[in-house]
Amino acid sequence: ISTLVLAEHEGGLVKQSSLSAVAAAASINEEKSVTVLLGGSGPSLHKAASHAASCHPLILQVLVAEADILVHPLAETWAELVHLVHKQSGFSHIISSSNSFGKNVLPRAAALLDVSPVTDVIGISEPRLFTRPIYAGNALCTVRYTGADPCIITIRSTSFTLSSSSSEAKSNAAPISQVDLSTFDEGSLPKSRWLNITSQESERPDLANARIVVTGGRALKSAENFKLLEKLAEKLGAAVGATRAAVDAGFVPNDLQVGQTGKIVAPDLYMAFGVSGAIQHLAGMRDSKVIVAVNKDADAPIFQVADYGLVADLFEVIPELLEKLPDKK
Amino acid sequence: MKVLVAVKRVVDYAVKIRVKADKSGVETTNVKMSMNPFCEIALEEALRIRESGAASEVVAVSVGPDQCTDTLRTALAMGADRAVHVYAGATPVLPLSVAKILKALVQVEQPGLLILGKQAIDDDCNQTGQMVAGLLRWPQGTFASKVVLDKAKNVATVDREVDGGIETISLDLPAVITTDLRLNQPRYATLPNIMKAKSKVIKKVTPAELNVEIKSDMETIQVTEPPKRKAGVIVSSVDELIDKLKNEARVL
Repeated sequence: ISTLVLAEHEGGLVKQSSLSAVAAAASINEEKSVTVLLGGSGPSLHKAASHAASCHPLILQVLVAEADILVHPLAETWAELVHLVHKQSGFSHIISSSNSFGKNVLPRAAALLDVSPVTDVIGISEPRLFTRPIYAGNALCTVRYTGADPCIITIRSTSFTLSSSSSEAKSNAAPISQVDLSTFDEGSLPKSRWLNITSQESERPDLANARIVVTGGRALKSAENFKLLEKLAEKLGAAVGATRAAVDAGFVPNDLQVGQTGKIVAPDLYMAFGVSGAIQHLAGMRDSKVIVAVNKDADAPIFQVADYGLVADLFEVIPELLEKLPDKK
Repeated sequence: MKVLVAVKRVVDYAVKIRVKADKSGVETTNVKMSMNPFCEIALEEALRIRESGAASEVVAVSVGPDQCTDTLRTALAMGADRAVHVYAGATPVLPLSVAKILKALVQVEQPGLLILGKQAIDDDCNQTGQMVAGLLRWPQGTFASKVVLDKAKNVATVDREVDGGIETISLDLPAVITTDLRLNQPRYATLPNIMKAKSKVIKKVTPAELNVEIKSDMETIQVTEPPKRKAGVIVSSVDELIDKLKNEARVL
């Protein structure tokens, strides 16, 4: 078994979601057999490579693909890179996180390699036996991959966590080498261009990795009222999430959506305000450790999954919480 | 320009699904089936492109059993010009084989744009669009929330819903686009259009006629219900809630 992890980096560090992919790769077998692939250019790439080299004791090597066209996450370029690296080294598994990068790139790479990928894996019980949710998480499907190498999977980062890197990994960093890109023919790639990304800078923790998430539904009624939720999030050191209805109504941007087609979260504490609990929303948060629901409607389905329910008006509850909750340390 | 749209027949989104007792799958007999919601959005986008004058014809395609023709009738009633049913029998076809079938159809139909839903709400795979783009070596714009076509330059500018916000890319045509929820609001088929759709053509082909071999490199071992969360408690006040979170759940 030799596993390639397609990783992303930001600010000189391997992204949290990619560290989850490393954890998944390391869970496949006990040997030192994990290769991490990073791409891009500049000093932050090399810093991230050092981070990758010492993030887990089972990492065998780090491969760095240095090219300007890999700075942006275009599927055409990255799928070709995965294809090339596999042709050079031959892996039994290729893994990435099931985030918008992995979902975009790995199925394309799988098609280039003529294999079926397994997306959104939440459990690995044998090297080729996986569990994944279907029907918005209302059923769990166990599948066995029976095809040729490589076995390509994307994993839900909430299901695999990397215990903080051991001292063994730190003192024994894996070697870093460059991918030979001499046969990487830019000219033959399908033509796509990356133009820009619009995102809202926020001081709050990232939704997918936050320890506490506070979410608002359509009952918040306006973008203005979401500020109330943001205040609560600040007090708790939490991330803000939203239902599809709240996003569709234009209260908050799309990247805050929690659900089947939005972000999948599994924080220690999930607090839902004015959320009815539609199936597709539950799909995105049902693995949270503790769920709190506040809703005026005592019959709202969210109460069936909540550990603590409070039947009350959120516009009274949130100010009271703001007043009574202790400030985060 | 022609636009090809792939549509999938799935268990209706409003149906509460039941896992079969023998764990072989999800009950689909006597269950309401509909067009996958993301595919409706894909079809709507193709129709709008035709109505804007940027395309001359919209062709809908579905891969699966005989009942797929119902889904294709819906597509024709919404406004597709004609339809192709790739008869693949009752066994589900994996995304890789669907992608190969779509590639073969693209070579026959020569569309300038192939639009698909980003995922089907049954298997939640989110693969087919990316895979057919890879096989065709066409650029891809997945999870699209806005598509602008520039016919003069033969370019599509696509806004994509990604984890960090909205990403904008531009693609040389021909290209593959997969649709996210906020791209558009699909229309309903009107009664006159439903009547008209009855006389539109649905061509039937088999994968063999397209020279595609359906292979399966995946085996479903079992389908089970997810673990149930144990019933929680209803608290009566904010004070009680804070107390429970601090002293019972210990998350504050």
